[in-house]
Amino acid sequence: MTTAEIHQQLVARFGDKITGANLEAIDPWVEVASAAIVEVAQYLKSEPSLVFDALNNLCGVDYLETDAKKAAKFGHEPHVEVVYHLYSYTHRHSLVVKVKLPRWESDEAGRLPDVPSVAGVWAIADWHEREAYDLVGINFTGHPNLHRILCAEDWVGHALRKDYEFPLEYHGIRGR
Amino acid sequence: MASVVEPESPVEQEYRWTLNFGPQHPATHTTLRLILQIEGERVLHAAPDIGYLHSGFEKIGEHLNYNQYVTVTDRMNYISPMANNIAWHHAVETLLGIEVPKRCKYIRTILAELARISDHLLCNGAAALDTGAFTAFLYAFNQREVLYNIFETLCGARFTTSYTRVGGLMYDATPKFIEQVRAFVKNFPQVHGEVCRLLNRNRIFVERTKGIGVLSKEQAINRSATGPIARASGVTRDLRKDEPYLAYGDLDFNVVCSTEGDCFHRYLVRMDEMLESLKIVEQALENLPAGPVNVPMADRLILPDKSRVYNTIEGLITHFEVVMTNRGFQAPRDECYAAIEAPNGELGFYLVSDGSDIAYRARCRPPSFIHFALFPDLIQGHMVSDIVAVLGSLNIIAAELDR
Repeated sequence: MTTAEIHQQLVARFGDKITGANLEAIDPWVEVASAAIVEVAQYLKSEPSLVFDALNNLCGVDYLETDAKKAAKFGHEPHVEVVYHLYSYTHRHSLVVKVKLPRWESDEAGRLPDVPSVAGVWAIADWHEREAYDLVGINFTGHPNLHRILCAEDWVGHALRKDYEFPLEYHGIRGR
Repeated sequence: MASVVEPESPVEQEYRWTLNFGPQHPATHTTLRLILQIEGERVLHAAPDIGYLHSGFEKIGEHLNYNQYVTVTDRMNYISPMANNIAWHHAVETLLGIEVPKRCKYIRTILAELARISDHLLCNGAAALDTGAFTAFLYAFNQREVLYNIFETLCGARFTTSYTRVGGLMYDATPKFIEQVRAFVKNFPQVHGEVCRLLNRNRIFVERTKGIGVLSKEQAINRSATGPIARASGVTRDLRKDEPYLAYGDLDFNVVCSTEGDCFHRYLVRMDEMLESLKIVEQALENLPAGPVNVPMADRLILPDKSRVYNTIEGLITHFEVVMTNRGFQAPRDECYAAIEAPNGELGFYLVSDGSDIAYRARCRPPSFIHFALFPDLIQGHMVSDIVAVLGSLNIIAAELDR
């Protein structure tokens, strides 16, 4: 099935929980409300006409232009996205699902945005979500073991945030 | 980073040990750590702890342009850097909507397959080394040396090749290269047969790998295993066949599969894949089209060769247009995910572009990362000595795992 068909089917099933779609992009995507992601994921996996049995990739993207001069041309409001690349071995089709989140929960700097974890649907999401938490700073609620995976446990900050600053020192090692 | 095992009640723990395996252990080959809970010699639970080689490759990707970043991909899966170069520029070209010339496609196909052979040689050689068969390792490394010589002829580097460019290659293939690949294609089956004879019925090797670390088909799909590991479990997915890229659509080859899914069959699948790769190399080499290897100079994507820069005004202008900052190529404000069938599995890049010649986000889908997440399930209930067999068969490359 093409993304447009899947999008129609999802809108018919979930209504306004499907918050948008871009069907003209190189890889078309469907946007889902963050609260509904687990419900939608379970549907995508179990519905016989879709059967997205594999989560191929999961990552976070931080949209922020720190340079005021370039901000007008940038074209995105500051936000964080979680991108799910799904693949179906049964029907050999793929789908990109996105969840848009605020950069900080309730605009309170330092409070990571929440999104429900899909580790219960696709087991591999466990590690991917830990990586997204570690590097992009997204709080996956309901994750079985949400710890940093690549950086050290006591590392400060999330490196793939666009406003991330490298620490001055880490355990006596000069940083920058 | 650390994910220590949750302690259970003291009574249950009485006969259990916690064993720390790695991060520096000869059998891990790279830096990764396992926290094992063992009872006698049986592994009850394994908690992988990764991140020792984390070097921020994805962050670097947000600061280097599409051509510069290829040097970083060399260092990702450093046992088959050519495949990484090709994967990176495959994704970039998908984003930019470039179709590379046919000759370039064929040369890239040959290199991707040579990289696969070199990766599988190392993986099987090291798996054999860890399970006590030292000789096969030497045979494998001797052939890798031949492949390194081929890469050296082509681009001057043996290890960190950085051979691809946006819309083309660093240099065209030379007759010397073709001669060397022909010699390799001729000689390799003999060595392959010798390694097979050393291992396939070697009682020690077979008993240490057969029935160990079994991955079921359902598990392989649900945990997105790809490449030889998934194919050894009966998942018939190969991007070269399913979504033909480069020249694979024109060439005749088989996808090697098995249904057992244990370490021994992962070894067998890799062994047979090498012969299929050799078939692809031979066909691509004998049908190598003539013509340009890069996209036309007027596209202003690739550096023109020096004779044109010095002798023609268009060449000079193009050279400066390409090298000057803010004058490089324009990418669409879009995003894409494109993957190739790398030796280890599906190696994909998810690129987000903000219109400049530097990726806004360069996410890598690393097969080693996904396969290492399988490890706790594969090793559960097996012996401590089986850890090296399973690790060897998964072909975990820490630089790709941690990026």
